[in-house]
Amino acid sequence: MPRVKVARKSTAIDMTAMCDVAFLLLTFFILSAKPKTQDPLKAEIPASTSITVVPETDFSTLLISQGKVFFNVEGDDVRRKTLEIMSSKYKIGFTPDEYKTFSGVEYFGVPMASLRQLLDLPSKDRDKITQPGIPVDTTNNNELYDWVHSARLAVKYLHDKDLKIGIKGNSQEEYPTVSKVIATLQKQHVDRFNLITALKSAK
Amino acid sequence: MAELDTSGGGKQKGGKVRTKKKATRVDLTAMVDLAFLLITFFILTTTLNKPKSMELIMPDKDDKNTQEPVPETRTMTLLLGSNDKLEWFVGEPGKTTPQVEGYGPNDLRKTLVEQNEKIKASHGGQPMIVIVKPSAQSTYKNVVTVMDELNIVNIDQRAIVDITPVEIALLKRDNLFK
Repeated sequence: MPRVKVARKSTAIDMTAMCDVAFLLLTFFILSAKPKTQDPLKAEIPASTSITVVPETDFSTLLISQGKVFFNVEGDDVRRKTLEIMSSKYKIGFTPDEYKTFSGVEYFGVPMASLRQLLDLPSKDRDKITQPGIPVDTTNNNELYDWVHSARLAVKYLHDKDLKIGIKGNSQEEYPTVSKVIATLQKQHVDRFNLITALKSAK
Repeated sequence: MAELDTSGGGKQKGGKVRTKKKATRVDLTAMVDLAFLLITFFILTTTLNKPKSMELIMPDKDDKNTQEPVPETRTMTLLLGSNDKLEWFVGEPGKTTPQVEGYGPNDLRKTLVEQNEKIKASHGGQPMIVIVKPSAQSTYKNVVTVMDELNIVNIDQRAIVDITPVEIALLKRDNLFK
């Protein structure tokens, strides 16, 4: 009896199509990627049903957590210009290197007097130290007022647009801290701002 | 998973030296592996759900001319206290006893809808005005929740106002302020 032989097939598969798909997806993800930025303090943002997306340019975020306030403005050029304005306001000079570092730093929360120290640190150590937050006293020492004001001037000067301001607060933050920040903004007639929230799942 | 060399090769009979034909197929396995590794990396580092924002408009502090008198019978005041609880009353403070309530959709939202209907009925369709007064012991989340509920219920006439000592006393009485 003749034995039925199973034809041996090659184990190699044509990978071309798979490779094409993989690289197509890869290209898509690279182009749409924006690396996660690490916040200096953990802030668990409250949820709401609002679906307005946070703008990515000409936007400044004030992070409020544990009674401290951190400042960030989007765009390297805006950051540099903001520091230039602050530098002339507070009469503190910065070296070109420090300007370069500052334009790459996202959130920071130190008083103006110790900003140079922060910028001179290597970037690894910068994430490790605990920053005291930007002073927001309602009386005279309100550096946040100047930061926001300078950032608004910088955006107006560079892009001829109005800076939008977002407040990213920790859920469990007590209201007085938030109220102080809002009062600071209102002092310079910024009456419209965005509260950054996570999307609430429908119930 | 080596590729089989399917091309002919070796010496031909004619004795002519021919260059060996190379296979045109390349083993793509390693390349696919690498591509998928990178895809995984980019998927993990991308923030897919971008944060959303809620617009908050505060009345200008210096602008005193455009302030309209608020009819008190149409206002509902929310006092935000500690322990994720709030108190509300309609009308002038002291005349009606405030009621304690939670922030859930079955508590605050229901009350807002009910009171809005009541006020609309008694004031010829004019909407309710809501004044939010967060105390020092309420959290940021409470304020956001209240504003969100007001958005859901569609009450446009609202404001965040500083709390007064009288109202703090009310919260204290109900153990919502230590």
